[in-house]
Amino acid sequence: MKSGQMKTLKQVMNYIRRYWLLVGLSLILAAVTVILTLYIPILTGDAVDLLLGKGAVDFDGVFGIMKTIGIAVAVTAVSQWVMNTCNNHITYHVVKDIREDAFHKLEQLPLKYLDAHAYGDIVSRVIADVDTFADGLLMGFTQFFTGVLTIFGTLGFMLYTSIPITLVVVCITPVSFLVARFIATKTYTMFKEQSETRGEQTSLIEEMVGNQKIVKTFSREEAVKKQFGEINGRLQKCSLKAIFFSSITNPATRFVNSLVYAGVGIFGALLAINGGIRIGRLSCFLSYANQYTKPFNEISGVITELQNALACAARIFELIDEEPQVPDSPDARVLSNAGGNVKLENVYFSYTPDKKLIENFNLNVKPGQRVAIVGPTGCGKTTVINLLMRFYDVDRGCIRVDGTDISKITRGSLRTSYGMVLQETWLRAGTIKDNIKMGKPGATDQEVIEAAKASHAHSFIKRLPKGYDTVITEDGGSLSQGQKQLLCIARVMLCLPPMLILDEATSSIDTRTEIRIQKAFARMMEGRTSFIVAHRLSTIREADIILVMKDGNIIEQGNHETLLNKKGFYANLYNSQFAR
Amino acid sequence: MKRLMRYLKEYKKESVLAPLFKLLEAFFELLVPLVMANIIDIGIANTDMGYVTKMGFCLLALAIVGLVSSITAQFFAAKAAVGFSTRLRQALFDHIQGLDFTNIDRAGTSTMITRMTSDINQVQSGVNMVLRLFLRSPIIVFGAMIMAFTIDVKSALIFVVAIPLLAIVVFGIMMWTMPLYKKVQGGLDKVLGVTRENLTGVRVIRAFHKEEEEERKFREYTAALADSQTFAGKISAVMNPVTYVIVNGAIIALIYTGAIQVNVGTLTQGEVIAIINYMSQILVELVKLANLIITITKALASADRVAGVFEIRNEEQAAGLEGIPGSAASAGSEKGVPFLEFDHVSLTYAGAGAETLQDMSFTVNRGETIGVIGGTGSGKSSLVNLIPGFYPVTGGAIRLEGKDIRSLPEDTLRNRIGVVPQKAVLFKGTIRSNLQWGKPDATEEEMWQAIDTAQAREVVEGKDGKLDAKVAQSGKNLSGGQRQRLTIARALVRKPEILILDDSASALDYATDAKLREALRSLEGNTTTFIVSQRASTIRHADKIIVLDDGEMAGIGTHDELLAACGVYQEIYYSQYPDERKAEG
Repeated sequence: MKSGQMKTLKQVMNYIRRYWLLVGLSLILAAVTVILTLYIPILTGDAVDLLLGKGAVDFDGVFGIMKTIGIAVAVTAVSQWVMNTCNNHITYHVVKDIREDAFHKLEQLPLKYLDAHAYGDIVSRVIADVDTFADGLLMGFTQFFTGVLTIFGTLGFMLYTSIPITLVVVCITPVSFLVARFIATKTYTMFKEQSETRGEQTSLIEEMVGNQKIVKTFSREEAVKKQFGEINGRLQKCSLKAIFFSSITNPATRFVNSLVYAGVGIFGALLAINGGIRIGRLSCFLSYANQYTKPFNEISGVITELQNALACAARIFELIDEEPQVPDSPDARVLSNAGGNVKLENVYFSYTPDKKLIENFNLNVKPGQRVAIVGPTGCGKTTVINLLMRFYDVDRGCIRVDGTDISKITRGSLRTSYGMVLQETWLRAGTIKDNIKMGKPGATDQEVIEAAKASHAHSFIKRLPKGYDTVITEDGGSLSQGQKQLLCIARVMLCLPPMLILDEATSSIDTRTEIRIQKAFARMMEGRTSFIVAHRLSTIREADIILVMKDGNIIEQGNHETLLNKKGFYANLYNSQFAR
Repeated sequence: MKRLMRYLKEYKKESVLAPLFKLLEAFFELLVPLVMANIIDIGIANTDMGYVTKMGFCLLALAIVGLVSSITAQFFAAKAAVGFSTRLRQALFDHIQGLDFTNIDRAGTSTMITRMTSDINQVQSGVNMVLRLFLRSPIIVFGAMIMAFTIDVKSALIFVVAIPLLAIVVFGIMMWTMPLYKKVQGGLDKVLGVTRENLTGVRVIRAFHKEEEEERKFREYTAALADSQTFAGKISAVMNPVTYVIVNGAIIALIYTGAIQVNVGTLTQGEVIAIINYMSQILVELVKLANLIITITKALASADRVAGVFEIRNEEQAAGLEGIPGSAASAGSEKGVPFLEFDHVSLTYAGAGAETLQDMSFTVNRGETIGVIGGTGSGKSSLVNLIPGFYPVTGGAIRLEGKDIRSLPEDTLRNRIGVVPQKAVLFKGTIRSNLQWGKPDATEEEMWQAIDTAQAREVVEGKDGKLDAKVAQSGKNLSGGQRQRLTIARALVRKPEILILDDSASALDYATDAKLREALRSLEGNTTTFIVSQRASTIRHADKIIVLDDGEMAGIGTHDELLAACGVYQEIYYSQYPDERKAEG
């Protein structure tokens, strides 16, 4: 086994260890089941021995044995059921634990990681890979234990019967293991390839099914189908390879079994001819030899299944082992009722080291001030938000809120001190009410309605089929872009944090509504430090500080008048925007 | 399941050959004890070493033949199963691609994804297992019963009782667990849903510091999933012990009747052993079957869910085209026929109570620019979405060059139209591959032309590789404004006759927006442009401006006409240019 697989296996073991009591119970029950299953044929044999012939049947003896068989069967049945239930419990809870850890990691991962990875791929790891892993693990539990125990049980019975023939069996059977192992290592990479291709396919499904309207808009259905077909074709090839080669294990080990059977038969027969063993013993031995080799089949089957499971587990552990964001230091300050002084000192930042972005950025925002960020499209305005919210950490310099470096403030308290409305609206599957209450789960209905009214969302919500209890699908479904944005605003309006970040928030809302919202915002912004990625003239003009950005850099800073008088980039921008 | 079976039809040969070879293997396996019996009865009894060796080779030959036929069976089974699932996945994807907008609105993305991935995989392993084992088990069970009959009818009657009992247990548990596994898959959907949400909404969730709450929610869903899995497993786990009890009960009965008959002298000891052996053989097969049944039950539940997607179908066009005036081809492009005409058009979305658009009537000449303005939810997007036929009108008709658009083939219609949707989404690939969405055979020159018009030259030139710069899934590696300009270029590259900009400049700053409009105006050719916007400045130079208010047309005309006569337009305009009102006032 490769060291990578060993590591994965060790990680899996760590998860299983939590259920050691159940594992122990399952093992004991497996032993009971196996011993009784091996014992029952002996009892039947004994019973048959009592049926000597006409008039020579020992009925009392037969009844006694029948009763014993009955009890043994009952005990076996019960212990088998309890064992299986234990195995189920262990498997599904291990899987649950793994998923939870994966999800926990998801919540801890820096945005840098999430922005750089396809969602579909991550989803496929958390869902499909873990599922395959569960199947493998369950099979491992139900068949591996009993298989191994059966092997040892029969080995004991065989040794008791004839040592030389047992040696023949023991010599041949390892071949079976070798074959199984050979195939398993060969197929490991095939399964990994299959798993990766599946991930690629899930990504495509995610992208195309998620944006299907656009696909249809451009009549690209055929092209997309073809693209899907291409991946699908590759998946077919590597799936076939993986499934076929792994399924060779079974026939191959069975072939080895046949060799064992033939070996025992010939060797035993020769021994019998020389008077080394009685025929009755031999036939009994043959049946045990069969019993002995069968679990090898199962185990080797399980091993391929486990290989597959391990390949999947490796992918999920890759995610779990991903470096999380630097955790909040234990002495990190909890920011509450922030005053709103935000100070950026000599800040340097870039997404990739080879492409410089923000350099030596300084800014001092006094409590209650309004900062408008303007500049041509794509100038890096969202980068500033990424830094303020600590979605990304600065490379050099620091950002201070109320004098404290934000790297020494807990992320949670920092972020909740900002109310944020992003350019891209995001709503979750659930009711309208749940969406608004997101920032303040304990809010009363009255508060929700107040917030909705304040953000002018109330009137359209009221008209929805079930009002505030209308369930919307992921990403808002049939709501218009503007309505979605109103909901996002209502969401912030409800918890009213001390600082605000508005990222082109009102760009898709019609101007009439916008005016009303701006009034509400003005009220909300009163006394609150606000950062606005702005397009609207009025917003810009009323701002205390205007940051003019270009190519990721802050090129000018000041208020409307001073910047206009400067006749620089801003003046140019301003004049071109409102040129008729 | 039945409707899915047709995808297996193409692999008919494989699906027949796989079980056949499996049977062959079983047959050879059954011969082995016979050979062994001969070794004992003839070889050992006559102390014939040569015979023993000969039969030993015979055993070896049987093993090899068994190996070959078994591998062949596995190959055909794998080929059929994988081929089947590949076809099925493609068909499902194609089906989803064929759904119309109304159905897309209705279906959830995450459940579609689990169905396309995890469910189809379950079905695949189900088919694989069935081909490998399912036929073999019943044949061995019935074969054993027939053999029992040849030995002793009275004992064989016990088989006749036991086998149906076993069948009832096996199928009963299968029926019981099937809905349970369906529930399990439903639980998985939920887990998937939260995972997706936390990826797409990561910024919002972190901004509200909801990580812990999300984890709690996730834990709740996984716990529910684990519970339903454990419960389903508990029921499935009943199968093995119960069959075990039945078979061993039958063996006890066999010993009992055997004892009586041996005592009377109608049966020998050896025959009793043989019959009991046949019963044990059934047990061995049933154990195999039970493991199989779980896979099959899961596969069936999954197959149901997959089939469920196929059941979402586009509704037939309600009215026959004959009934639609103007669908007659004769209308042609006669003079006097407007380029595009809305004739008393109304729209009610499926499942919605109220009309979204009411009684829209207007005409558009070739080459005109039409501005559409109005409040949020006033129906602006709905109006332009009707032109490419994304949603069917529920009243009236839209005519292009005099022909009802419902009479035009969907592709023909849509290829004449360039749409820039509200949501600026690009697809994984390169800038080039994204532009090719608009026109698959676009030349480099055509692309740059479109890029220039869309004010996206600096975006493209700023990227390494220019046109071949990589675009991540959904265009995540580009800013909102960059994406929006590229989506505009995408629509322009096909040089559409009708260009629809559905509030497509919202993420652009005013300067870029102004330049874009300027470029659009100077577009050569007779492009008819629809611009939906919130900004009066964006549409004020349009040839016609349509003002919508709550699904009704509040006015139509030029900027000056509307400013003079349309109250709703005045309100919108002056809210954006307060200075002018003062100047007038």
